[in-house]
Amino acid sequence: MSDTVDFLIIGGGPAGLAAATLADELGLSTLVLDEQSEPGGQIYRGIETVHPKTLSLLGEDYGQGAEIAQAFRKSGAAYKPDASVWRVDEDGMVAYSHNGKGATAKGRRLLIATGAMERPVPIPGWTLPGVMTAGGAQVLLKSAGVVPSGRVVVAGCGPLALLVTQQLVTAGVNVAALLETTRIGDYFSAARHLPKALRARNYLSKGMKMRRSIRAAGVAIHSGVEKLAAIGDNRVQSVSFQSGGSQSEIPVDSLLLHFGVAPNTQITRQVGCDHEWYEAQRYWRPIRNEWGATNCDAIAVAGDGGGIDGAVAAALTGRLAALDAAHRHGVIDSVERDRRATPIRAELGIHSAIRPLLDALFTPPRDICAPKDNETIVCRCEEVSVSDLREAITLGAMGPNQLKSFTRCGMGPCQGRMCGLTVAELIAEANGEPVENVGYYRIRPPIKPVTLGELASMSD
Amino acid sequence: MFRRLHEPDGQSVSIDFEGEIINVAAGETVAAAVLAAGAEHSRTTPVTGATRLPFCMMGACFDCLMEIDGIPNRQACMVRVENGMKVRRQEGKRRLEA
Ligand code: FES
Repeated sequence: MSDTVDFLIIGGGPAGLAAATLADELGLSTLVLDEQSEPGGQIYRGIETVHPKTLSLLGEDYGQGAEIAQAFRKSGAAYKPDASVWRVDEDGMVAYSHNGKGATAKGRRLLIATGAMERPVPIPGWTLPGVMTAGGAQVLLKSAGVVPSGRVVVAGCGPLALLVTQQLVTAGVNVAALLETTRIGDYFSAARHLPKALRARNYLSKGMKMRRSIRAAGVAIHSGVEKLAAIGDNRVQSVSFQSGGSQSEIPVDSLLLHFGVAPNTQITRQVGCDHEWYEAQRYWRPIRNEWGATNCDAIAVAGDGGGIDGAVAAALTGRLAALDAAHRHGVIDSVERDRRATPIRAELGIHSAIRPLLDALFTPPRDICAPKDNETIVCRCEEVSVSDLREAITLGAMGPNQLKSFTRCGMGPCQGRMCGLTVAELIAEANGEPVENVGYYRIRPPIKPVTLGELASMSD
Repeated sequence: MFRRLHEPDGQSVSIDFEGEIINVAAGETVAAAVLAAGAEHSRTTPVTGATRLPFCMMGACFDCLMEIDGIPNRQACMVRVENGMKVRRQEGKRRLEA
């Protein structure tokens, strides 16, 4: 059975929820397909069901998600949780699985609001049990009140690494150390280049305050960390690193890694949106106009899936996409659309002012983007190492797709989500060409595993 | 390796993890339940048989693949627990479907 709506949205994070709420208010029939079981996306994961004790330690930014979720629930927009999208067509037709059954929905306009994922972190030993992304640990905390036991080390760079450390410390977790690849001098030089906006200053001072309170709680902070490696046999036992010219090793039960986030481009690529390489943060993002519209006529993108700008900006870009959808459906004229967009754009400008600073401060390190160590696994699914890839490149594999057929890298169930960025960087480095010339894997449906039973149920 | 900050108040459900009945919080994912139960690994890889646990918890890495109620290769971080659910480690390669 296929529902057709004016405005179909994939993703129930801040962008999707804010877009749906406004679209409904404007009179568009609206449906949100969400892979999660409740609204909030990853950033506000568990916002409706979080345990009060956990809520208090997650901080006020997280609490803001409740407002967005409530407004959405009060709206007349339809919501389909546990809907895993596995195919999108250019005309706005979407195929998904829901409770073991296949279904389709069609949007006269389609908004892809599928957010971001953490950058893959190919360091030695990152596949060992006990190594997890910091974001993953945060999801466990938000959605289940589950935290790592024993000794924990958080390593990487970016606001989330700080935030998760802070949240775990508040939860009583034994965080032995925070290993930052950012150098302490970077903070000072960044501070000198602060944008004029007051908010940017607040943001940075909030970060510095968080660092101080983490340190005060007894967490050792090492800056300018290099050559991170997870060590252990069947699980992680220690983390080794270099800092200030000396080599250290810390015994751990859990190692949490975070090197920033990148847009989740699986759907935008599969449907045929054009993408561009964003050099400052070294990721791909779909090309959009000021309303989020892409080169695919019926399709727009909002939120971090279009480029990383955080949860507040995500909701704002969601609203812009909703206004544009209403305009395309003839509900409001362009004057009204632009009038309503003006305050949204003003707010967006304030929030985005901080981005260049964060980009400069938290650039993913070179050896995380293009790992040097030959034994390091790049493709977690097919267990393809750096040396396997280098060898195939030397033998003449020209691009990611050819490399895939040479080595099986990217052929496993994650379909390149965990290796696509790394592979492009390795080819670019070996051939001395820019990453944007190297490109990315061709992504074909189904983009999520779909069983024969789910396919069969679609013709019922 | 992992622990709960608070015991599941409200409803708890029980699932069968590798033949052992464990009490878990209603509404949480299979991955969270298995981690909180102290699992050393949740799958072995098809190529080298290496042990793995969930890595990203948000549906991207596919390292949480498990056999749930007889269906192999399900993402445990995307599936919510249900009373009486049978959860098995995903060992090596999935039997190829005809
Ligand atoms: S833990 Fe990564 S997909 Fe489930």
